[in-house]
Amino acid sequence: MIRVILPQNLRKLAQVEGEVKVDVVGQVTQRSILDSLEATYPMLRGTMRDHVTQQRRPLVRFFACEQDLSHEPPDDPLPDAVVRGVEPFIILGAMAGG
Amino acid sequence: MSGVRVLVGTRKGAFVMTSDEKRERWDVSGPHFAGWEIYHLKGSPAEPNRLYASQSSGWFGQVIQRSDDGGTTWEPVGNQFAYDGTPGTHLWYDGTPHPWEFARVWHLEPSLADPDTVYAGVEDAALFRSTDGGQSWRELPALREHDSGPSWQPGAGGMCLHTIILDPSNPERIFIAISSAGAFRSDDSGVTWRPINRGLTSKEIPNPTAEVGHCVHHVAMNPSRPNVLFMQKHWDVMRSDDAGESWQEISGNLPTDFGFAIDVHAHEPETVYVVPVKSDSEHFVPDGKLRVYRSRTGGNEWEALTKGLPQKDCYVNVLRDAMAVDSLDSCGIYFGTSGGQVYASADAGDSWAPIVRDLPPVLSVEVQTLK
Repeated sequence: MIRVILPQNLRKLAQVEGEVKVDVVGQVTQRSILDSLEATYPMLRGTMRDHVTQQRRPLVRFFACEQDLSHEPPDDPLPDAVVRGVEPFIILGAMAGG
Repeated sequence: MSGVRVLVGTRKGAFVMTSDEKRERWDVSGPHFAGWEIYHLKGSPAEPNRLYASQSSGWFGQVIQRSDDGGTTWEPVGNQFAYDGTPGTHLWYDGTPHPWEFARVWHLEPSLADPDTVYAGVEDAALFRSTDGGQSWRELPALREHDSGPSWQPGAGGMCLHTIILDPSNPERIFIAISSAGAFRSDDSGVTWRPINRGLTSKEIPNPTAEVGHCVHHVAMNPSRPNVLFMQKHWDVMRSDDAGESWQEISGNLPTDFGFAIDVHAHEPETVYVVPVKSDSEHFVPDGKLRVYRSRTGGNEWEALTKGLPQKDCYVNVLRDAMAVDSLDSCGIYFGTSGGQVYASADAGDSWAPIVRDLPPVLSVEVQTLK
């Protein structure tokens, strides 16, 4: 299971508290985590990436293992600690004013 | 027993306020969708407990929420607003072509007859419709594909389709307005559109009487007289007696004819309300006084309504969708301010009292009359 931390706004939208855990089939990447998240919580579709282009929304960031992975290709494998569930995959809103 | 439900959208959430027909004591619920911008909420005339809300965020995009119990509980529905085909370009602020890009839903207008049918006016300007209670949305593309579309330019707030009026006497007639393109009308349920801006004069565009390009801020109609429209333009308050074919200025003795909000009394179709704002560079009420102006003559002759409103050191704005009227026997008028106050008048504007004083900046106010 992959541990995911959603930003507060999306936790409220998905009606979840704390971390969520998702199953990922195949390689664990940004894309496969988001695919799984959106399948489990359909109300999150379009909030983290564009419906059509699948590109990350400009003010959404992906962190893991104290690294900013936002600009990494979405199909690149994520760190082993995320794959093993030791570290969470963190989705957050960029610091961009109030 | 009669009552009202006031739906308030703010920069940081939605609020639902209910009262009996006296409109003196209020129950306030919210914030719903805390932290999100709620550009608009509106209830279905066909099923008053069916509400739609536009929830958006610069970070997380657009969400549409639906309630089937009058706003007690909500459910996210469809949020994919894809332009039909290849959307092409409009003009950007610097005059260069710019691709049409969806930003947010400014206005939701439920059908007069079917609670599952609702229209959405969006930025960049286009009209969408859902016929399944908001689960899926399809553009009515002929509006955006109007010959003038490539020349539309955004106003300061973005190129938004902010006004949708459904004609109660003609189910095929729809009025819409866009900043800064102007007003348009369809007489065939959105299959074709034409601009209805004859008589508007805007010094801010190269040809002040051009067919399109006017910064229309809001349009209002009394349902009993659907051919009579009232418009608050960037500058100028206007009226049309022929469903938008032509417009005449009715600013008359207003202290300034800049403003955003305009509405019409529910039972007196010649009684009109505006909130004059100082200027396009000073978006606050003039002289530090919050005054609603009422005309009982369909325009030109206006009286200031001040009882219960701050008349000193007040510098708020009232946005285009932030005024509404109920249809109780004694018509109620409501408006919200950029300072977070929502005021109500249960006597057609003669006197006012705040429902709440300290909300986030108010983006929209709608009211449902519950009988």
